[in-house]
Amino acid sequence: MIRALVLLIAAIGTAGATGPAPPDFTLNTSCPPGFEKTQAGVCELRTLYQFYDSLENRGLGGTRTALPPHRDGFTPRQIDLGRYLFFDPVLSGDGTLACASCHDPARGLSDGRPRSLGIHGEDAGRAAPTLWNVAFLKRFFWDARAHSLEAQASGPLYSPREMGNTPTRLLASLNGNATYRRLFQEAFPSHRGPIAEQEIFTALAAFQTSLVSLNSRYDRYVHGYDAALSEREIEGLNVFRSFVARCSECHTPPLFTNEQIAVIGMPEPKGHAFDVGAEAILHSPKLKGAFKVPTLRNITRTAPYSHSGAFADLRSVVDFYNKGRGNAVPKDMHLYLHWHISDPKLTDTEVDRIVDFLGALTDETFLPQTPARVPSGLAPAKRGE
Amino acid sequence: MKKGLIIGLLVAAVAFGAGTYFGRSGKQEMTISSSTQGASYAGGFKAEGVAVKPGDAIRSVAGPAPTNVVVVKDGESIQAAIKAAPKGTIVRVMPGTYHETVYVDKDDIRIIGVIEAGRRAVLDGEKKLNDAILYSGNNFVAENLEIRNYKGNGIMGQAGNNFEIRNNVIVDSGVYGIFPQLGQNGIVEHNVVSKIADAAIYIGMSDNILVAHNDVFDSVAGIEIENSRHAIVEHNYVHNNTGGLLAFVTPGLPIKDTVDVIFRNNFVVGNNHPNFGAPGSTVSGIPAGTGILVMAADDVVIEGNIISDNKVSGIIITDHANAQNITADPESEPNSDRVKILDNVMLRNGYDTITEAKALMLAEGKVGAKNLDIVRVGPSPGSCIINRHQYVTVGVSDFTECDFTNTAATVNYLLPPVPPREIKPGERGKVVYLGICTGCHTYNGRMIGPPVQVIQALYLDNPQGLADYIAKPAKKRDDYPEMPPQDYLDPQTRLAVAQYMLQVTN
Ligand code: HEC
Ligand code: HEC
Ligand code: HEC
Repeated sequence: MIRALVLLIAAIGTAGATGPAPPDFTLNTSCPPGFEKTQAGVCELRTLYQFYDSLENRGLGGTRTALPPHRDGFTPRQIDLGRYLFFDPVLSGDGTLACASCHDPARGLSDGRPRSLGIHGEDAGRAAPTLWNVAFLKRFFWDARAHSLEAQASGPLYSPREMGNTPTRLLASLNGNATYRRLFQEAFPSHRGPIAEQEIFTALAAFQTSLVSLNSRYDRYVHGYDAALSEREIEGLNVFRSFVARCSECHTPPLFTNEQIAVIGMPEPKGHAFDVGAEAILHSPKLKGAFKVPTLRNITRTAPYSHSGAFADLRSVVDFYNKGRGNAVPKDMHLYLHWHISDPKLTDTEVDRIVDFLGALTDETFLPQTPARVPSGLAPAKRGE
Repeated sequence: MKKGLIIGLLVAAVAFGAGTYFGRSGKQEMTISSSTQGASYAGGFKAEGVAVKPGDAIRSVAGPAPTNVVVVKDGESIQAAIKAAPKGTIVRVMPGTYHETVYVDKDDIRIIGVIEAGRRAVLDGEKKLNDAILYSGNNFVAENLEIRNYKGNGIMGQAGNNFEIRNNVIVDSGVYGIFPQLGQNGIVEHNVVSKIADAAIYIGMSDNILVAHNDVFDSVAGIEIENSRHAIVEHNYVHNNTGGLLAFVTPGLPIKDTVDVIFRNNFVVGNNHPNFGAPGSTVSGIPAGTGILVMAADDVVIEGNIISDNKVSGIIITDHANAQNITADPESEPNSDRVKILDNVMLRNGYDTITEAKALMLAEGKVGAKNLDIVRVGPSPGSCIINRHQYVTVGVSDFTECDFTNTAATVNYLLPPVPPREIKPGERGKVVYLGICTGCHTYNGRMIGPPVQVIQALYLDNPQGLADYIAKPAKKRDDYPEMPPQDYLDPQTRLAVAQYMLQVTN
């Protein structure tokens, strides 16, 4: 219902904005916050975590552990072009959805829905993950089916359940826009000829790697400021990393994901079919119901939770773990549950403390700016409400 | 579930039967080697620089010498002392009983119990608390403590490097007694660990480890080396567990292999304890009566152990495919490659072995054998053995003769304490500026805070003034919000960032 209304408004907005795009779009020549512009003119991430090490350079461990290897080294212009693309509904088949519609800066770079809605308002089947810290990931989507941001991008763009575009139409609309032709030329100066699909993917990747969140109160605690966390949050941290709860065995600092795929047996919401997850990708029955461990950074900003939005709030998620191994596995189905899924029997207070601690992982200081206008002249992605 | 680990054996038995071994008759030729002569295993790890001679063996890995001592007495809190302690502190804990979870998130802290006429500092979790000690700092030492009745782990490390855990008594303390995880360069020695529901000593995803002189018993697993590299396990007394010594690759973990583990000179005796591992845990599939179990680990050397009275088998070598209670991981290599079995004393093993192993023996024509020392199922390419005629074996006929007979040349895999990386104030200032201040300040534009150019004009020759301002910012401008205090940065860092901010040019 609400959705239909939005489409209507969006359609009106589009109708009013079909004239020539304003000529004054420029690309930023400085790097986004958190990045240093090197001699070579590219942006490199700087964080206090670079002063630490990690075993086998895997970026997993405890408090003062280095981050895993990450993507950076894009030019400021590529990053800024990616920002315009990210907010521009011209990327979707009917000009109604931008990446930012489902990865909304106002909603923790997610969309606040149990499952996303595609261009025609249909259920996209899964929840939109946050994009914070995707620069550090090696696999993308809940079932880990893509291995780079560039490979990932074609997913939403061309899925009929998401942005419903086609490569031909996407290239035609961007190449048909003089502003985009100029901006792509500036961002990719050595390129000749029309805008190519790879450049779109590169620019989107460049922008997404600038979405870094490493300044939470937890991080201040890590870097040596004990008072950054309250007593309750420290208690929560200790339960979180204890071997009774075992949360940190999978949601491992510093990113609060170890990026593995794991079968943990979360339920589907009522009426939603069982999702086999990574089984379908890796063709291994032992991975039925396996999903990539999601990051917990900015987790308070991205309710509801799970791959299909089965949990309305954090306390219900922690309750799920606490109800014990296999408590939500459909009858007549055998899942190979991960061995860290146990029967922790946490007290109510301990569950509350975990929730308190998760609140200390919030940091949105490097939230990207939503452009006031985008080169297509369409209304930049509007909130879906 | 209990026998899940071995269930695939029957299938394997058929394969063996049809393959190389069926119908083989007559005695194999004996090759007799002496472990006091012959070449020595060079080990899979070389520290930078020269080879270590036994006399120069590293015995200590925890970095800088302590500079401070505090004493905690019965009735006081260990955690309170740690909280107040600067790095470089020894926290001496007097005999008494302490009910707390102790966590150490800073470097160079040593918790050392004082033992008085046999009385120790006892950490007692009363079956209410989760873990006794959690550490994530480097150069951590825990000594002379007694730990009882915790639900999680006795001592758990999360990415602390250069650790030493010694002379502790740990009883009935949850899932793991001692569990360093994701750490490099550590010693676990002279601990007495018992009644643990998973592994008494569990080295998880760690490198360069020595586990020596421990007494571990009445647990599901004695000592487990898992998804770790370059570990030596020697001179331990491992008895009455379900399984004694384990070298595993467990699937589903971010570090995918176990390479270069030496099990030598241990007593692995009577590990026949009924399995009481939690349902779903990896160890719940270990058959009670297993001396040494190698699963999917590579380059495991087994030498000089006394392995006796383990009722299923002295040594089991297997892979993921034969361990059916194990989850799948397409990224870990499932076989135990290059196992090396040197001289061991094997007595009275396999006297009451499992059906599947009997079937395998039958398939190899070993009818009537009353014992079983070594059983191998699943591929184990590149493996070798010496003096194989001494043991009752199945599945090792295709092992080659090892071209070494001992590991004497490999003293240990420890490293000198890895010094902390030196951070120059300038470098720190820059990183803090980029990592924190640029969230609100840009060089020449208005963001959440005023442009850096404006700030530079205000504080040109006064970095200390700037450093003081950011600790306690006063409201200055009506058209800007308040700046949040940066007092979580220490004074030195505040000055460094001020200096850096005053000289940026873009
Ligand atoms: C209709 C809503 C929607 C739109 C529009 C959308 N996404 Fe997504 N995004 C999702 C959903 C849902 C998933 C998870 C899908 C899955 O795992 O199967 C996802 C996953 C991702 C991921 C993987 C994150 C991770 O942690 O694995 C990235 C990166 C991403 N989207 C980027 C983009 C980009 C770039 C665009 C624009 C080109 C975009 N998305 C447009 C809904 C959307
Ligand atoms: C075995 C690995 C594992 C352990 C242990 C684990 N998790 Fe998870 N967690 C996952 C996976 C995988 C998912 C995604 C599952 C899904 O969506 O079906 C998840 C999802 C979540 C989510 C929802 C995230 C989102 O963006 O929707 C939260 C919150 C969470 N876990 C918290 C915890 C807490 C708290 C603990 C400890 C009590 C814990 N986890 C223990 C693997 C684990
Ligand atoms: C969350 C946003 C934010 C962050 C992060 C931030 N500042 Fe500010 N800063 C502000 C705002 C807003 C003002 C303006 C305050 C006013 O005028 O009342 C300001 C003002 C200042 C001033 C001007 C003081 C004066 O006397 O006029 C200095 C100097 C300064 N900031 C330094 C820093 C440094 C150094 C850092 C990094 C350690 C930093 N700021 C981080 C928001 C921020």
